[in-house]
Amino acid sequence: MKKWLGIIALFSLVFALAACSDSSDGSGGDSDGGGESASGKVEIFSWWTGAGEEDGLLALIDLFKEEYPDIEVENAAVAGGAGTNAKAVLATRMQGDDPPSTFQVHGGAELNEGWVAADKMEPLDDFYKENDWMDKFPEELIDLVSSDGHIWSVPVDIHRGNVIFYNMKVFEENGVKVPTTFDEFFEAADKLKAAGVVPLALGDKESWTATQVFENVLLGVLGPDDYQKLFAGEIALDDAQVVEAAEKFKKILGYVNEDHASRNWQDSAQLVANGEAAMINMGDWAKGYFVNDLDMETNKDFGYFAFPDTKGDFVVITDTFGLPKGIENPKEVKKFLTLLGSVEGQDTFNPLKGSIPARVDADPSKYDQYGKDTMEDFKNARLVPSLAHGSAASAGFLTKVNQAVNIFVTQGDVDNFIQALTNASSEM
Amino acid sequence: MASDIHVRRKRKFSKDQWTAIAFLLPSFLLILLFVYGFIGWTGYVSLSNWNTLVPDFSFAGLENYVYLFHDFRFQSDLRNTLFFTVLFIGLVIIFGMGLAILIDQKLKGESIYRNIFLFPMALSFIVTGVVWQWLLNPSTGFNQFLGAFGIHPKWYTDTNILAGFEWGSIEFGLPVAIIAVVIAAVWQMTGFSLAMYLAGLRGIPDELREAARMDGASEFQIYRKVILPMLMPITVSIVIIMAHISLKIFDLIYAMTGSGANFVTDVPAMYMFEATFRGHYYANGAAIAIIMLLLVAIFIVPYLWNSRKGDS
Repeated sequence: MKKWLGIIALFSLVFALAACSDSSDGSGGDSDGGGESASGKVEIFSWWTGAGEEDGLLALIDLFKEEYPDIEVENAAVAGGAGTNAKAVLATRMQGDDPPSTFQVHGGAELNEGWVAADKMEPLDDFYKENDWMDKFPEELIDLVSSDGHIWSVPVDIHRGNVIFYNMKVFEENGVKVPTTFDEFFEAADKLKAAGVVPLALGDKESWTATQVFENVLLGVLGPDDYQKLFAGEIALDDAQVVEAAEKFKKILGYVNEDHASRNWQDSAQLVANGEAAMINMGDWAKGYFVNDLDMETNKDFGYFAFPDTKGDFVVITDTFGLPKGIENPKEVKKFLTLLGSVEGQDTFNPLKGSIPARVDADPSKYDQYGKDTMEDFKNARLVPSLAHGSAASAGFLTKVNQAVNIFVTQGDVDNFIQALTNASSEM
Repeated sequence: MASDIHVRRKRKFSKDQWTAIAFLLPSFLLILLFVYGFIGWTGYVSLSNWNTLVPDFSFAGLENYVYLFHDFRFQSDLRNTLFFTVLFIGLVIIFGMGLAILIDQKLKGESIYRNIFLFPMALSFIVTGVVWQWLLNPSTGFNQFLGAFGIHPKWYTDTNILAGFEWGSIEFGLPVAIIAVVIAAVWQMTGFSLAMYLAGLRGIPDELREAARMDGASEFQIYRKVILPMLMPITVSIVIIMAHISLKIFDLIYAMTGSGANFVTDVPAMYMFEATFRGHYYANGAAIAIIMLLLVAIFIVPYLWNSRKGDS
């Protein structure tokens, strides 16, 4: 009996102590200012844990350590595709007044209507001027990371969302040419379907992939100006053009693989790789997957073209890093941000990640043919924010759109879909 | 009765009891705060307007709950949970009891069988989910094997609803895709009910069976009339434990199917996670959490009530 009591007592003591030290940790974090002890540490929060992206991040950290050996770097990456888990962790930390030194956030609504609107970020206007960055990034990109007349973060990479990758052999065998308009696309799709090939691979186990197809259809139908107006609330979501886009989207869904709901995007990209399917709409991280994981060769095994009717437009997905309010050592963090925004930093990071640099004056010779082509497009194209990746509208709206898309993909009821989008628009 | 309690109160605690109380107190207070306090907090949030990144505690009344019950996704969630729970508990009981009865036949190498059937329980649901997701994946798993014979089962990609009927805007009936998830869950938990039933069977004295045999009962009748009724308390425990698992299930579905097309495999916990952490609908998420708590309470509270009565 005595012995048992002792053991139990010990356990409850340990539990109590653990709980206490935990809570004191939390309160230690939010005491801002001062901070002489932890000042030499920069904590970098991201969701870059996958192949390629992690290599890029580590190379960047190495570069930083070379330049500033005295500053300790903590890589606080949280695994999970597209930041699904990291964003949850970040929200908890920010609300608990325990922000990381700097964190990855998509430029656009995710930054502006999320953390900036919540008054959790420091403006970076002077920082941009100090570094002479104002004309090094495209104006539309700086707009994307600005709101209320201030700049809030530093873009490090650019991904393009309106690309279709295709299996060149399948196209050749079936005599299909690269389609540039919706009409040509449907014509090609019919031809492929008749030949027993799935025209478009889709893996919407997570519904953002289907939402991404929908946003590209929207862009194709509305054009870049009206697309921007739509998410600025100047065009209603039950506008005739949106209805037309929904109908086109429905038609496209008729050409996808039957088992799309059980595949993720990698699983569906495999269909294209092995020739069961001809095309896939994916951001250009799919190129990294084709080249690095599936051993395919660019412009030999697979090719790429802009989503129908969106040539000359560029759906931007940009990873950026900002400066949260209330951190202990903004000076050291700014050193890291300077590196992120430098040509050297961007050219170290992006070739490994498979993205292109956000700066227009980076060195194209460091990138493969796909990168060079995309960099060229990026310079000349109209840039629009991506909905599926949280840049065009708030996270709340996106969650509801994903739900509406999930239902639409099976039910195919255009009226219901438009109704659901309209209901969600109050969250935009 | 009342005087009895009175006398007890007057009596001094022994030294051992004082020690016990002193050491229980910290964890008691911590649980009071970190469990019950947070339940109260969640309830409070669920009545607020906090549906953005910025906390907003203005009072919203039952708005979040009303919204949920009109939401197609949440309606599907409740339907899926119902069918998942019924199938899952039913199969776990049937398989667990069947296997326990077979193992109870004093066969040789019993411990080997016991271990084999118990082993899946050592895994967590997230592992089970990943394994079964591979098995049922159209390009890597069991389906490809079947595909070689020209069979292409759709498993959890299926959006059909068996024996469906509409009640208001909710389509009732068993979603086919749920079956895939139930198979994995049953595979995992059968070992647990097997162990429970085996312990129960071992607790039934041989004399009872002997007596029944003397009265001329067949083996079947012995199980039917003597053993099964005596296993009733165990069945109740299994139902309680399985019910709270199945009403809160998240990891298995997250790893295996996600929400599924048309939300046919979505459950409240999935919705709660996505609403709260992806959409920042904190009040909505809290409302879902409270509804889940109430669902579990429907099962647990009567049981606790019952066992409390049994104690006194």
